[in-house]
This record gives sequence, C-alpha cells and structure tokens, in this order.
Amino acid sequence: MERPLVVKFKRPDSIRDYPCGAFRVGTLVQENSGWRVFRPVIDTGKCIKCLRCFLVCPDGVIDKSGEDLEIDYRFCKGCGVCAYECKVGAIVMMREGDDGNAR
Amino acid sequence: MDEKMVTNAGDLTNTEFFYGHRACAGCGGSLALRLAMKVLGPRIFVAIPANCMSATSFLYPQVSFSVNAMISPFPATGAVLSGIEAGARALGIRDHHVVGFAGDGGTADIGIQALSGAIDRGDRIIYVCYDNEAYMNTGIQKSGLTPYGSRTTTTPAGKNIPGAVGRKKDMFGIVAAHGIKYAATASIGYPEDYLRKISKAAMCKTTSYIHVLAPCSTGWGFPAEETVDIGREAVDCGLWYLAEYEKGDFILNRKPKEFSSISEYLKRQARFRHLGEKEIEEITVGRDEKWKKIMKNWRV
Repeated sequence: MERPLVVKFKRPDSIRDYPCGAFRVGTLVQENSGWRVFRPVIDTGKCIKCLRCFLVCPDGVIDKSGEDLEIDYRFCKGCGVCAYECKVGAIVMMREGDDGNAR
Repeated sequence: MDEKMVTNAGDLTNTEFFYGHRACAGCGGSLALRLAMKVLGPRIFVAIPANCMSATSFLYPQVSFSVNAMISPFPATGAVLSGIEAGARALGIRDHHVVGFAGDGGTADIGIQALSGAIDRGDRIIYVCYDNEAYMNTGIQKSGLTPYGSRTTTTPAGKNIPGAVGRKKDMFGIVAAHGIKYAATASIGYPEDYLRKISKAAMCKTTSYIHVLAPCSTGWGFPAEETVDIGREAVDCGLWYLAEYEKGDFILNRKPKEFSSISEYLKRQARFRHLGEKEIEEITVGRDEKWKKIMKNWRV
C-alpha cells in the first residue's frame, strides 16, 4: 500500500522549539480510525475494479497500486460513500468489533 | 507541466496530496480538494482561506497537505494566489500550478473583491470555489450562496421566514461577466466531469475559476454515505447545472432529459424538511426560470 506513514512526534520542550511561520507539510502524527463505527470491507471476488470507490472516497484511503484494491484502515472514517456508490455491491459495511453483522 | 486531460479514475495518480485530514466523515469539500490536487499533481502551491478545509488540515503538528500549502486571510484568497504566482515567476519556477480553495462564503461574500481583482490581473492561477451553501466551518450560517428555503442558524425556519430568503447568488455569471478565459461549474456528484474541468483549467494560461457543488452531510442533514448521490441529484433535479464559460460562450455540459423530483431532493435533507407545498412551488418556478434562460442563451 502506498499511503503516508504516521510519524512519532516529540512535543516541544519550550516555546523556542515551536516552528515559527512554516512547518513541514505532510506530517501525520495521529490516525483517524477511532472515528469509525462501520468498517468497509471489499469482497475482492465481486470487485470489478471500476475504481469508483477510489474516485469518490473523501479521505483517499482506497489504494489502487496493488493487485486488488486495499483500504487504509488507519485513516478510514467509515462514512460509507464507497459502499453506497459501488455498482456491484462488492463493499459491505461491517460494525466494528462485531464481525458477523453487516449493515 | 503535465498537460494531459484527466477524465476518469484510471488516469488519476495513486498518490494522495491531501491525507489524514479531520473533516467530517463523508465530507464533500474534502473530496473536491482531494480530486483537484490529484489532477494538478505534486508541483502545486495551495492557498486556503478560513474554511473547513484549513480548520481540519492544519492542526499542528498534523499537516494533511503533502504539497506547499498555506492559510490565507479570509478575504484575500485571490490576492494571495496572485502573489504566490508572482513569487514563483520571480524565482524562475515554471512547472507549477497555483491553486486556491475557498468556500462559498470565502468566494461570494468575503473574498469576492480579491477574486475580482485576480481575474482582472489575469495571473495564471486556478480558483476553486467549493460550494456547500453556508458557512459550515463556524456552525452553518447563511452565506450569499445559500439557496432559498434553507434552514441555517442565522435563518431559522419558523412562522416568519421559511429559512433563507432570497436566491443563491449567480457566482458563475458574476465571474463570467469579468470576461474570464475559463470558468466552469461542477458537482462532486459527477466526478469525471469535475476532473475534466480541473485539467482544462490547468491548461489555461490565465486565471480560471471552477465552482464545485460540495454537499455537506453535517450542515445539510443527510446520512454521510449519500454525499456523492446528493451532489448528483442536485444536478438531476435542475437546481444545479454543469456548465462552462469559454471564449465568451456559455456551454451547458449536461442537459437532463427530464428533471427528477425537486421535492424528493429537498426532503432528503434536514435543512429543507420544513418546507411546505408553497415554498417548493416557489423553488420550482425559480428553477424553470433559470433553465428557460439557459436554453435560450447558452450553447446546449
């Protein structure tokens, strides 16, 4: 998967350590996975790789670089746009921590 | 500079330039930003005034942009973009794009003067207005682009008013009246059309303007997963239109054979749910008037 890594961030010890003006772009220190109630799961057998989910994901967590589409669960907020838009019904929303129940 | 037309998901790069932001789940605005930046590529300078996207992506130490990005003063997006472009030119940088993402309030109310000035100067910048039809960042206040009948915190629906009174400002027409080289309207409900318009704007040698409708599940009151569908239905029912302004001509890109039901579109959203027959009739009349003008004067 080609998605940015989360880095360890050391809190500044004093005010002098805070950046003045510009700060390094693309710094990710925290995941968004805790937001999620439902988790999208791709059925790779049904998936026809039309890339619709990749196109409409507001968070860009669907990666198309591999053989199958992959979801970066670190940053997926579980909004369900991908499952709603999937034309072949290859994505189901599963309740977190309760693997049996699809939405 | 990559001057290839991007028209579908297959053409898009897998790299994300806007990642790990804290926008609400199913945010339409973040999708508009994400897609535009993927088309324009890594060599871009981004300026964003106060809006949801700056509030959710510059959270020290978390920075969701992996390209040069800055927060501009609220009314100054156009001026800041011109300044960045001038700076890049002075440094001899040529293979770049300068793009600004302002909300509807930051474009039609607060930033309209700077936008007007930027179009007048004609610098090579791309101005994207992502329109979620109210000041969502500060808690859903009415803006100049809030449509008639929409309930916001400053236009509460009740006995005296049916939500916002007055029509949505015709921002596309205002920009076109400047004699801009390229302007377009889009919706995230039709992402391929939006991608094509962004890549067309990227080829433009002067200022270009894209107005993209970006539904907001929090402010409009619909389930998060329907964001893209609501954006599509807004176009299908005729309350929003996909058009371009190029070389002095208005061109309609999508002409629905038959409009889908306006009341169905309105009833899906909590901000319109209080509307009665009379108000819906008024909205329908407004739509038909607009489309009469479109069919008469625009290239269809």
